[in-house]
Amino acid sequence: MQKLTVNGKTLSVDVSPDTPLLWVLRDSLGLTGTKYGCGIGQCGACTVHLDGVAVRSCVLPVSSIAEQVITTIEVIASDRIGQKVQTAWLAEEVVQCGYCQSGQIMSAVALLHRNLSVSESDIVSAMSGNICRCATYTRIRTAIKNVALELAQGNVNE
Amino acid sequence: MSKPPKSPHLLSRRRLLQGGSALAGGLLVPAWLPLALPRSAAADVVKSTRLGDGSGGFGAFVQVGLDGVLTVISPKIEMGQGIQTSIAMMVAEELEVPLSQVLVQEAVPDAALYTDPLLGGQVTGGSTSTRYVWEPLRRAGATARILLSQAAAIRWQIAPSQCHARQGHVYGPGTLQAAYGELVEDAARLPVPENVPLKHYRDFVLIGSPAQRLDTPNKVNGKALFTIDLVVPDMKIASVMACPVFGGRLISVDGSKAKAIAGVLDIIELENAVAVTGTTTWACFQGLKALEIIWDYGKSAGVNSEALEAALMTASKGEGVIVVDTGDAVQSLKTAASRLDAVYQQPFLSRSPLEPMTCVAHVQSDRCTLWVGTQVPGAAQQTAAKVTGLPLASIKVHNQLIGGAFGRRLDFDFITQAVEIAKRVSYPIKLIWSREEDMTHDLYRPHYVDRMSAALDAQKRLVGWQHKITGASIIARYLGGLPASGIDADAVEVASDPIYSLSNLKLHYIREDPNVFPVSWWRGVGALRGTFPVECFIDELAHHAKTDPVQYRLALIQNPRAREVLRMLAEKSDWGNALSAGEGRGVAVSNVFGSFVATLVQLRVSSGTELQITRLVSVIDCGLVTNPRSVKAQIEGGTLFGLSASLFNEITVEDGRVQQNNFHQYRQLRMSDAPPVEVHLISSNESPGGVGEAGTALIAPALVNALYAASGQRIRQLPLKRFGFYTTNRALS
Repeated sequence: MQKLTVNGKTLSVDVSPDTPLLWVLRDSLGLTGTKYGCGIGQCGACTVHLDGVAVRSCVLPVSSIAEQVITTIEVIASDRIGQKVQTAWLAEEVVQCGYCQSGQIMSAVALLHRNLSVSESDIVSAMSGNICRCATYTRIRTAIKNVALELAQGNVNE
Repeated sequence: MSKPPKSPHLLSRRRLLQGGSALAGGLLVPAWLPLALPRSAAADVVKSTRLGDGSGGFGAFVQVGLDGVLTVISPKIEMGQGIQTSIAMMVAEELEVPLSQVLVQEAVPDAALYTDPLLGGQVTGGSTSTRYVWEPLRRAGATARILLSQAAAIRWQIAPSQCHARQGHVYGPGTLQAAYGELVEDAARLPVPENVPLKHYRDFVLIGSPAQRLDTPNKVNGKALFTIDLVVPDMKIASVMACPVFGGRLISVDGSKAKAIAGVLDIIELENAVAVTGTTTWACFQGLKALEIIWDYGKSAGVNSEALEAALMTASKGEGVIVVDTGDAVQSLKTAASRLDAVYQQPFLSRSPLEPMTCVAHVQSDRCTLWVGTQVPGAAQQTAAKVTGLPLASIKVHNQLIGGAFGRRLDFDFITQAVEIAKRVSYPIKLIWSREEDMTHDLYRPHYVDRMSAALDAQKRLVGWQHKITGASIIARYLGGLPASGIDADAVEVASDPIYSLSNLKLHYIREDPNVFPVSWWRGVGALRGTFPVECFIDELAHHAKTDPVQYRLALIQNPRAREVLRMLAEKSDWGNALSAGEGRGVAVSNVFGSFVATLVQLRVSSGTELQITRLVSVIDCGLVTNPRSVKAQIEGGTLFGLSASLFNEITVEDGRVQQNNFHQYRQLRMSDAPPVEVHLISSNESPGGVGEAGTALIAPALVNALYAASGQRIRQLPLKRFGFYTTNRALS
């Protein structure tokens, strides 16, 4: 049995310790918003947060997680930055097929939590681990910039 | 409202309707008509929905519930191109319903109702969707609106001309008004009108205005369900390992070690593959690794890329079949003051959508049910019937959102395989291919060789043009043969009908299939294939004649729409303005998918092989635009999709095996490589053209033409990686 804290809930799952977190989320917990794309940490479709840091769940054995808190796309709307990122994604009409976008959004939210004054090169560095075969990259870049700007503005006003 | 999720246990709306609940009144798809409408109008509805005879109709496409909700039945699947939003806009425009009140539902397989005449089947592909649905879907909406207005007129005992429809209601004189839902039962009893007029484009309210996609809100919160996400009761997972060599067969498998893995259920032997079923995907993947398999690799075991290329090069020197022969190109080459010759090559490519091949299948004694995102639902139904021996009527196909296709889901090999596995077990299965399986068992865009020859007069003006296309026939592979002419219409696209006035033109098609190596369409299809050699060679001729490449093209183009996209491209991209050292610009222009497109790449070359794209501009005239937001997004994404392959991608074969098995070996464009794409739409009232692949078709020639302008190096073979080129991003440099 592996004990995990996922989206605010602590639960136990009966899987072998080498099972990547991705398949625990998808097959054991029914959290299918996190996607499989490559299984080797190349595409970023499986990106989730571990204690707020973006990680590739397809190469993360569930036994290595221990006490770290797992957050997935399903609850990202309850995060202030997460909600703004989702809104910006729709406003910029980022999404095409949509398959990679959970991972893109998780990478973007982690970036903005770390750094609100993101430069173009910060965005490119943080997001270049996420492949989008529909190639929505330029809109993703704009959406992230817009959120950063909005949050920076908000912080000044607060 | 976005469309409802369609995992089998969440099929609330569809189930309600199929169950004939009180909601299911009014204007329905034919299958539901007998429930409530025992009258002759029902037959008319069915008849009028048949396509290809120009009669349009509404029964197959439009359904108005007693609650007033408009459901548009989409004959086209959503795979990111935004088509279902466009279809909803077209119907809502004529039916006078707010877009927010429209639900979209995938059509069931029905060749009589949903055949796209441009493709000859119920198929989503080839950038035909908007062109096909444009008239029948608007007519379906208009027909429904007229019937609802007539029903109101009869109820109120007034002339139909005294009624008008707006915002889901019919209004009469004074305070008379009725919601659509109150009128549908009466409306469905009326005879279906013929020759229903459509709105003039000047009166469009929704069409032509930017609209947010209906399917995207659930794609930013993890709720959208793709095939890979579906769960049906008692379902197990399955995954496969097929013979690594195409055409090989399974001899035997020892599954004892796999069976020992927790979660592994069954080992299924197929003709050319072994499947493992289990309780989790991970158990299946581990099970596959533990199998001890003996294959018969078959006759392709020794095939490699060098041999395939050599065969193509040899074949390309032949004559093949003559596709076009106007004037006397051969004589013009003999008598020319000079000539220019060039050989272009395009490599094998994989489609590699991010959602790998996946299909949910449940085979029972008397029925088979599939839940699968497919570009060909009719073919899915047929292959399931063939594998199970059940009649077509016993095969249900629930089409799903697609996590990228790019042509891959025009093929149904994985659906056949899912049914074969499901037939052998007592439970429903969700077949999930690993990325490695997906990349090494794709059907690949063929390797093509194009031999071009131009006859030039003493002033280096173009007087003759000979073009030999050599490559596999995708049409022959897909449809089982070619017409008697021996011409593959896809392979000769663009080349057979160039936008340039060429008085002496000879075009040859030489078919050379790569053994059992399977070939198929890749986003951009024949238009991309043909635009590359034509637009590169024209560019070579322009530089050879020391003429500005834009002016050189304009001098040879008559078509006003082609001229205008090129002229506007030059204007928007500051063509002719001075550039810094090491920088260059290249253009390409083409008539593709019924649209006219021109693309410019501006790039800088440093240290010999370091590329930095400094500008990427595209101008499109795709006729009347339904949703400008989607057109721009498609040109941006489509262009970068093509850029990715032009820079990096090539599938190679060694000992009959594909050598690239995941994204570390088949590099994709990432944000660090992706320049902004400037897209300009030309305002046009022409018939709509395709856009999903239009950008993709233009980027490669614009890129290599820019590279020549910047460096003097003429590249005639893709990808650029072959020659050591790599990219850098402005933000990081």
